[in-house]
Amino acid sequence: MTLIEISSNLLYLAFFAYLIATFVFGGAVKGNKKGSFNSEQRWGKVAITITVIGFLANIGYFFTRWIVSGHAPLSNMFEFTTAFGMTLVGGFIILYYLYKTPVLGMVVLPVALLIIAYASMFPSEVSPLIPALQTNWLAIHVSTVVIAEGILAMSAAAGLIYLLKVVDLSKKSKQRFWLEGILYFLVLVVGFVISSSYFTLTNYENTFQYVNKDDQEATIIYNMPPIFGMNESVSLTENAMTPLVETPALVDASKLTTVTWSLLIGTILYVLIRLITRRRIAQLIQPLMKNVNLQLMDEINYRAVIIGFPLFTLGALVFAMIWAQITWSRFWGWDPKEVWALVTWLFYAAYLHLRLGKGWQGEKSAWLGVIGFAIIMFNLIVVNLIIAGLHSYA
Amino acid sequence: MENVQCQCGHTNPPGTKLCESCGRSLTEKDQNSKLVDMRYEGTARRSQTYNKSIIDKIWNFFSSVKVGVSIIVILLVAAAIGTILPQQAFVPASTEATIQAYYADTYGSVGRVYHALGFHDLYSSFWFIALVGMLAISLVIASLDRFVPLYKSLKNQRVLRHPSFMDKQRIYGSGPGAEDTLEKAETKLKELKYNVRTDKNGLLAEKGRFSRWGPYVNHIGLIIFLFGVMLRMIPGFYIDESLWLREGETRAIPEVPGYYLENKNFKLETYTGEGEDARFEEAIDRVGTVVKNYQTDIVLYQEPEDSLPGATDNLEVIQEYPIRVNQPLKFDGYAVYQMDYKLNELKAMTFALTNKETEESLGELTIDLINPVDTYELEGGSTVELLGYYPDFSGFEDGEPQTATPLPNNPGFLVELTTPETPAGETSFITIQNTVEPLGENQFKLTFQNADTRNVSGLTVRKDSTLPILGIGGLIFMIGVAQGMYFNHRRFWIQQKADGTILLAGHTNKNWFGLKKDLDRVVDSAKLPAYTDQQDEIDKAEKAEKEGEVSS
Ligand code: HEM
Repeated sequence: MTLIEISSNLLYLAFFAYLIATFVFGGAVKGNKKGSFNSEQRWGKVAITITVIGFLANIGYFFTRWIVSGHAPLSNMFEFTTAFGMTLVGGFIILYYLYKTPVLGMVVLPVALLIIAYASMFPSEVSPLIPALQTNWLAIHVSTVVIAEGILAMSAAAGLIYLLKVVDLSKKSKQRFWLEGILYFLVLVVGFVISSSYFTLTNYENTFQYVNKDDQEATIIYNMPPIFGMNESVSLTENAMTPLVETPALVDASKLTTVTWSLLIGTILYVLIRLITRRRIAQLIQPLMKNVNLQLMDEINYRAVIIGFPLFTLGALVFAMIWAQITWSRFWGWDPKEVWALVTWLFYAAYLHLRLGKGWQGEKSAWLGVIGFAIIMFNLIVVNLIIAGLHSYA
Repeated sequence: MENVQCQCGHTNPPGTKLCESCGRSLTEKDQNSKLVDMRYEGTARRSQTYNKSIIDKIWNFFSSVKVGVSIIVILLVAAAIGTILPQQAFVPASTEATIQAYYADTYGSVGRVYHALGFHDLYSSFWFIALVGMLAISLVIASLDRFVPLYKSLKNQRVLRHPSFMDKQRIYGSGPGAEDTLEKAETKLKELKYNVRTDKNGLLAEKGRFSRWGPYVNHIGLIIFLFGVMLRMIPGFYIDESLWLREGETRAIPEVPGYYLENKNFKLETYTGEGEDARFEEAIDRVGTVVKNYQTDIVLYQEPEDSLPGATDNLEVIQEYPIRVNQPLKFDGYAVYQMDYKLNELKAMTFALTNKETEESLGELTIDLINPVDTYELEGGSTVELLGYYPDFSGFEDGEPQTATPLPNNPGFLVELTTPETPAGETSFITIQNTVEPLGENQFKLTFQNADTRNVSGLTVRKDSTLPILGIGGLIFMIGVAQGMYFNHRRFWIQQKADGTILLAGHTNKNWFGLKKDLDRVVDSAKLPAYTDQQDEIDKAEKAEKEGEVSS
């Protein structure tokens, strides 16, 4: 086995460890019927051991890959997103040892799994660094950001648990709607992973020629059956499905197709769950939240922001500015990634002021924590893939 | 407004909620509530006291956290909208009209609306800058409004407080005590690193007061940062120039008097996918060539002090340096960055003067495309006169040839050819692809032989004297954040009444859990009465009431 193969096998190992640990944490929480916490602690111990093993493998992946590529593996979508999954689990492990909260594992690990699965849909070969990235500031800046985001995500996880416990699901309300919306979104990510994996495994490929927004001919490879076609596209693959709808040049129809497939599969999955169980997903989970200590969740929510916010400031603003000054000759250039780092930072500043100045604690804080994570995910997915694509220099 | 007289005899400034001396509640509302509002120690904040003049109103507006948070939220939403379509600096158009057309053509009606609303140049627009200005004003006013009274009251704290102050604290307990209870508590608190002051029958233990200044320190850091950003609008603080330097060329560095830069060589390296780079083979196969390095080997010169301005014959070599991405050349407060490049720009073109019929050559001439001369004398007595040079020929307008840019991308020459056979001269217009003979059929023509090319390096010259200020602002911000977040202010008041009863109260600005842990240890060792968290009691009572409503 070459080192790079060892590296990717370690990542698989981590993935499966997290998968198993999720269920053991679930079992620990579910088994605790009397709220005695004895059995919860016992099974919790097993689950955290599996998680830690997975995490060590995950770290092993990270450093072996570093050795192979010669630079910190934080330089493209695959690497950054996997690292985010890793810091998420790292953040959880710290919290577990501080507060002994299996229920947090039940929520964080599946999200980390989804993030790692999402990451692996991107090209994963080790790639060379363009000149701008050849600096230690890259590793310093990105690793601080990814750790800060992993910690900030804990605030969302604690917030989500808080909401799952307190939101009254028997009555129609905005809270119930949005809470279910969050869970529906997670199912959509599952939809993305399923559809991508299916078409990858079946080697679907269809090449098109099209006219891009600068009126030039270009070719593109679709890895999913084309629901949307590129502007004036002509299929170069024989006997392939023709697009159902053609789109104007501005739209990246191949990405739109991917999104649509994910929506489709995810929604089918969601509807199936609803039909079979005859319940909202939130209702399925809520019984597991019976023994949750709300005050503790609120505390974790706030603690995570208190640690994550200064780290995020350091990584996403201070170090980013130093890097930009050295590389691009200016510390700030208002490009979308920079702006979204600022947006995220301003959001958490608002969170702190609302909490300290307006006394927004408990449920309000929980919602803010979840929204913060949504902004981070928006940054990771939409800004990288869609907004950056709209900009000519990307 | 009038001063407020407390029962204890102390005179408080108007607007005070808790007596500065004894801590009694001074307003009826506070007297009736279970817990006192301890934020800012119940002192008189200007914004809560005056609301008459226009200045009061402005002050009150900007000191409100609600307003501050609203400004932050508006800013973040606006900033986010600015990323939906590229900003004008990133689009391939340079004039007002072409920019507008670009948005309309590329993004359709969405682009048109976006441009019309001014989002194409959001971050330097008046209203965006005005919002940042309001944020700064709000930061200053809100901080002053709170800091000044808070500082005064924490500085002048009395040890003994009125029992009605004590029993309205969140942490409160009372009960019998022994003779040495106060002493023991004092010892234990000192052990826990509290500052303890005693006065008659009471003590005040305090720890971490400096953390209360954290928010103000971090706000000062932000203000310094914003101030630094503003400074760059003043000439001299900030220089941003670009310089295209061709191989072999020496030029004065724009905005940097007395310095010259020579481009000795520009090189571009790509990853090969072999040897060291073999590990990247797969990636290179997928995406094509990837640039590994580009660099300009430069020589930096300076004019000697006594030389005439603009004289370049006796320049002193200061430094030779390879400028690469991430490795700018630095000198004298300036930095020169490798930003861009253009490979194989035309340098010179060689033509042969030929007889169209016989194809016989009367000699060759080479035209330097950057500094062409007017007349070229050939050996056999022929001359070529350059009547007009259009480095980036873009077509004719009213019969006149036009050039789009001064760069030799598509050179066009208007020439007069004089040979012994045609002493009157023949006029011809030549571009890379074809020849036009505007004044009738000619006997001779210029035949393209070959062209020299060279690389051009795109450099940016930068000076930013505001960086140290921004750095200091950032540092102060980080210190303030750590100070306010990772430390907390804890206080205990303990009193023993004449009958031996102990009163005990505690307060912290955050982290009640930590406060209780400290207190538990003191209660243990000094045998203090048990305490309760009155907030918890209130919460429980509320919850019980709610559930009562539901079940009934
Ligand atoms: C981007 C801008 C801002 C940032 C990054 C920022 C940052 C902070 C931080 C980190 C804290 C401490 C929070 C904590 O310890 O939990 C704080 C407190 C505070 N901030 Fe800001 N702030 C900003 C703008 C503002 C504005 C515009 C106002 C105006 C109302 C304001 C008013 C306050 C107040 C009143 C406090 C609490 C002070 C106290 O209770 O002692 N801040 N700020």
